[in-house]
Amino acid sequence: MSKNEPILQFNDVSVYYGIIQAIHNMSFSVEKGQIVTLVGANGAGKSTTLRAISGLIKPKSGSIVFKGENITGLPAHEIVRKRLCQAPEGRGIFLNLTVEENMDLGAWAAPDKGAYQANMDKGYQLFPRLRERRNQLSGTLSGGEQQMLAIARALMGQPELLLLDEPSLGLAPQIIEKIFEIITDINKTGMTIVLVEQNALQALQVAHYGIVLETGKIKTHGPAGDLLRSDEIRKAYLGD
Amino acid sequence: MAEFAQYIINGLSQGGTYALIALGYTMVFGILQLINFAHGEVFMLGAFTGLYTSKYAGLAILGTFNRLLTGSAETASTGAAILTAIVIILVAMCVCAAVGFCVERLAYRPLRASPRINLLITAVGVSLFFQNAGQLLFGSDPKAFPDLFENLEPWTFGADENLIVINPLQVFVFITAITLMLILRHVIFHTRLGRAMRAVSFNHDLASLMGIPTNQIIAATFMMGSSLAGAAGVMVGMTYPKVEPLMGSLPGLKAFCAAVLGGIGNVTGAVLGSFILGLAEALLSGYGTPTYKDALAFTILILILLVKPSGLLGVNRTEKV
Ligand SMILES: Nc1ncnc2c1ncn2[C@@H]1O[C@H](COP(=O)(O)OP(=O)(O)OP(=O)(O)O)[C@@H](O)[C@H]1O
Ligand SMILES: [Mg+2]
Repeated sequence: MSKNEPILQFNDVSVYYGIIQAIHNMSFSVEKGQIVTLVGANGAGKSTTLRAISGLIKPKSGSIVFKGENITGLPAHEIVRKRLCQAPEGRGIFLNLTVEENMDLGAWAAPDKGAYQANMDKGYQLFPRLRERRNQLSGTLSGGEQQMLAIARALMGQPELLLLDEPSLGLAPQIIEKIFEIITDINKTGMTIVLVEQNALQALQVAHYGIVLETGKIKTHGPAGDLLRSDEIRKAYLGD
Repeated sequence: MAEFAQYIINGLSQGGTYALIALGYTMVFGILQLINFAHGEVFMLGAFTGLYTSKYAGLAILGTFNRLLTGSAETASTGAAILTAIVIILVAMCVCAAVGFCVERLAYRPLRASPRINLLITAVGVSLFFQNAGQLLFGSDPKAFPDLFENLEPWTFGADENLIVINPLQVFVFITAITLMLILRHVIFHTRLGRAMRAVSFNHDLASLMGIPTNQIIAATFMMGSSLAGAAGVMVGMTYPKVEPLMGSLPGLKAFCAAVLGGIGNVTGAVLGSFILGLAEALLSGYGTPTYKDALAFTILILILLVKPSGLLGVNRTEKV
């Protein structure tokens, strides 16, 4: 695979919830090693896009190709095995399990069992607070700590492609700053990241590429820097 | 005092069997939010499996154990009776696990995405199916359960006023129930499978995002719950000692009440609720009137739903924002 070959292709995909169409014939691709951000208003279809990639919802038409392999319609638990992990919306951690049990489940599908302890240590190194609280029920963590756990746990699966759904939601500005820093650091280790954010300004600042969604369609897309400079985008999504 | 002790012993033994049934209700509810009304019938099938295993293989197994333990197949020994009972229980547990697997696979899984009410109606349907299939297959007349423990004298303590009679079978039932519960507890809280079960019961999608095959975990949950009900069926069959195709409905409903009392979905709660119910029934029968014994479970159910619908140990899950 050459450096610029897409790791993920989303080809003409349509997704429905019952009779409601949430994604309309959408196509985009993600290049290996990049951070691609999906931004857009509430209900634009960002989470639905990630759910489709992870196999939680089956597209009605179109195909999703990961590392050259068609993964459309594969069950979610098999897609994770291909090293495609998601930290879902609303932190999505098991509140009835301890921090360490959550981390452990993150490694359920990890291909290299030998790296288990090293990854656990790495996660705790990124977020030392989690190590202190590792035997605590994760339901007792603060919102920020829960988000840290969601990210650390996704890393336990040794992803090549990491999907993050609104990691900054409801967090204090300093913590958001830290989360974005960590996302950048993780990306520098070579991991490809699809970052869903409502916080478009900050997301575009860390991303290489941006895709703006509106009611289930791509409104515009381009290198993150270009989008940040575009007047239209600034007005509509960045609150200028 | 002796009277009281006697009732407590009876209550603990009864509570143990309720707990084995209630655990299946609560585990299935925890993982699917489904009240599996067919669970009482799995208990009944366990009793019949035990009955037929005892009838056709019981003597052979007992003889083998007698020979191993005493050197002669004819010499009765407590150890051999206990080992035979354990083998029969294990057979029933395997059969019931298979039944639980089929019920989930054939009746519930196809409806997983349907509205809750469809599942509930299906559960009632499966229950009726087993009750009627049981009558067709086994006949509706009660069948006597062969007595493995016939050579064992009850243990007595004290005399006259203070006489306490302990039936070895009661002790066996209690210890077996506790052992099975401890094994279950170990599986749920200290194994990978148990961790996956807890994850799936929290959220199916989230569990599958970890790579957990949720369908397999749900099937395993049904199998475990059903096997416990099967063990309870055998032990109730041995105790009464009668077995009939409709025997599952009342203990099933009572165990369900016990599960709600403890907090449905909560494994510890199911055990607690069951022992409370078993003891309360024993005390009511002893000091009050046995006539109302069967109504007690439902009275408790109504009271707990009025006072604390989440049950004694149930918590309302709150998500942090
Ligand atoms: N389970 C569901 N059933 C029915 N419709 C749904 C469901 N989930 C999402 N939708 C609809 O699909 C559309 C896209 O939702 P989605 O969750 O993908 O939006 P989003 O961009 O992630 O929004 P947010 O920023 O609020 O998270 C919305 O109109 C939403 O109402
Ligand atoms: Mg969303």
